[in-house]
Amino acid sequence: MENKMKRRNILKGLALLSSMALIPVRMFADMQAAFKTVTPEAALTELFGNLPMEQSDAVTLKIPDIAENGAVVPVTIFTDIEGVESISIIIDQNPNPLSASFTIGNEVFADVSTRVKMGKSSRVRAIVQTADKIYTTSREVKVTIGGCGG
Amino acid sequence: MAAIIKIRGKLKDGTAKMKALMPHPMETGTRRDPDGNIIPAHYIETVRCLKNDMEIMSAQWGPSVSKNPYFAFRVKNAVVGDRITITWQDNKGEASAGELILK
Repeated sequence: MENKMKRRNILKGLALLSSMALIPVRMFADMQAAFKTVTPEAALTELFGNLPMEQSDAVTLKIPDIAENGAVVPVTIFTDIEGVESISIIIDQNPNPLSASFTIGNEVFADVSTRVKMGKSSRVRAIVQTADKIYTTSREVKVTIGGCGG
Repeated sequence: MAAIIKIRGKLKDGTAKMKALMPHPMETGTRRDPDGNIIPAHYIETVRCLKNDMEIMSAQWGPSVSKNPYFAFRVKNAVVGDRITITWQDNKGEASAGELILK
């Protein structure tokens, strides 16, 4: 019974996924290019063009100072800044620094958590985008065992 | 069929704290198998979150999001009975979804 329910939910979700109009808050094609860039600067340019950027204490980046396992590094980013459109995570020393980008709608708080892989010790940047400005804060994270090797 | 997304939600004072776990290999495309062959990249590219069928947020991911991704966020103006749906699509075109009614 429970399995059937789950199945139905999956099917319903998938139907939704395919029928849903893509909401182009930012074009997916642009994002693809940003994920392929190999420097943090290039990722920022690809994502935000020439939007002015400033360091801000209003952006909170929670991440361990020392990550014992680079394969699983918990990250939380939140802010009280009004009008947030997106939150991104950039890991400077990863082969492709852009790790994740979240599009924030009006019905959610600018508060996201996930887990990322880090190949080695690196500066990690939280990037908060509003309509006319980018706010960032960054932390140095020391990685004991890298999470990208094979 | 890809594994279902596990979702938990806690509603308090109109805010729903959502947590999702998405079983997925999240292969970077740089690792090698024991025979030295590159394991092809296989990772979730897009995540969408909906409240009562309305998109409220989305995420674009690269392969550096950890295996079996964890994702947490907070929904505003949430009430008992709201239906939260989370879906993902990966670079191979596979997809999955999960759903939760807030109580």
